[in-house]
Amino acid sequence: MASKIKSPNSPETGNPSAALSKEEITRYSRHLIMPEVGMDGQLKLKQAKVLCIGTGGLGAPLGLYLAAAGVGRIGLVDFDKVDLSNLQRQILFDTNDIGRPKIEAATNRLRNLNPDIQIDNFETRLTSENALDILKDYDIVVDGTDNFPTRYLVNDACVILGKPNVYGSIFRFEGQITIFGYPGGPCYRCLYPEPPPPGLVPSCAEGGVLGVLPGIVGAIQAAETLKLIIGKGEPLVGRLLLFDALAMRFRELKLRKNPECPVCGGHPTITKLIDYEEFCGIRGEESASPAQAVVPEISPRELKARLDRGDDLFILDVREPHEFQICNLGGHLIPLGELSRRVNELDSSREIVAHCRSGKRSAEAVEFLRSAGFRKVLNLKGGILAWSDEVDASVPKY
Amino acid sequence: MAVKVIIPTPLRPYAGKQDSVEMEAGNVREALKGLTTRFGELKKHLYSDDGRLRSFVNVYVNDEDIRYLEKEETQLRDGDIVSIVPSIAGGTGK
Repeated sequence: MASKIKSPNSPETGNPSAALSKEEITRYSRHLIMPEVGMDGQLKLKQAKVLCIGTGGLGAPLGLYLAAAGVGRIGLVDFDKVDLSNLQRQILFDTNDIGRPKIEAATNRLRNLNPDIQIDNFETRLTSENALDILKDYDIVVDGTDNFPTRYLVNDACVILGKPNVYGSIFRFEGQITIFGYPGGPCYRCLYPEPPPPGLVPSCAEGGVLGVLPGIVGAIQAAETLKLIIGKGEPLVGRLLLFDALAMRFRELKLRKNPECPVCGGHPTITKLIDYEEFCGIRGEESASPAQAVVPEISPRELKARLDRGDDLFILDVREPHEFQICNLGGHLIPLGELSRRVNELDSSREIVAHCRSGKRSAEAVEFLRSAGFRKVLNLKGGILAWSDEVDASVPKY
Repeated sequence: MAVKVIIPTPLRPYAGKQDSVEMEAGNVREALKGLTTRFGELKKHLYSDDGRLRSFVNVYVNDEDIRYLEKEETQLRDGDIVSIVPSIAGGTGK
């Protein structure tokens, strides 16, 4: 077990890093008195090198627990800055960190937690160009990213380098956890050969996450990482753990290695890193929704001017009721998902301006209405976010 | 056969906000057909234009991936649980 992980089974004498100081013995005493960890396990932790990709919702509990447990070298990869809206779940950061690079705030926090370990900083976006170079020095990679291109990039890089990839992903109140890239085990592409096309990725309407969810999922990733290092227990390999916080239920599904897998199968067709943005069908935010490019639009300023002029415009809000409660432009609310059966509430003789939060869902609504015979329908460009930026700053952004 | 189909969070908005649906179905194809007949909007999320199950949507009968059983022809027995498990990428909840 854990054959790929460098483990100092017989600590060499004379190597100072292969022994614990008196302080370290106190710090890790609750590990040391457990036979499953003990001195051997703690020394393995001390010599282990783990790379955490992302320091956000999943990376926070992960980084904290790995540092606290005494993982000797922890690499952190992130390029983002701390935002007020992160603090609901990203417990590595506090209010004073807003605006600071995440990597800086995270490093600071982990150093304070455990000054005896080494923290490596990579303030960069993980790309096909730098991934192999960043990953190569670590024993285990933990994926705490938030998008499909990086998920596939991390997977392929781990398979190419032969490193286990402790995977966790979350959506609203549901999580998926497993270990990919373990010798003989499946990889992410065995589970999902291809990513969803951008148009079908759940839109901002269904986004959001229960703050504690990444805490639970990230902590499970941390537990699996520690188990891999000490070589104890049954690793979460070949099993996909599903967690539903709403039902408070864990389920486990069998995950098989696909012999035809293009990356880890017997005859791989992908042997080096590719262009993952292209693979995931993403070329810039603007072209993410094909509907957006073709529907007629109105800018927030134009809309304001026309409303001020007294033009007869019907404002259609296609967001969800709970979003309407956060803020609204006084429009008529029909969530996008209900539009097809509630279309009779609309008067096709009037000019309609549809809006949502960012303009993506309303673009779909405009496209649908035009196909249903509505002639005068416009999409509010940039949605309520742009309205807040350009017209009325008192409207909160969420 | 009386089976239960578990709808994952990302697809619940297209399935009347339900987390599971009980139905009669002899195999996986019939179960999914029953689901998309009841919830028309689910269809494009489960199937591509050529009528094939999308590659980012996995279907399990109990804990086994149907790709390693008889795919959509996988027979169902009373009490089986059919799970739809799409890929999710979230990590920070943006």
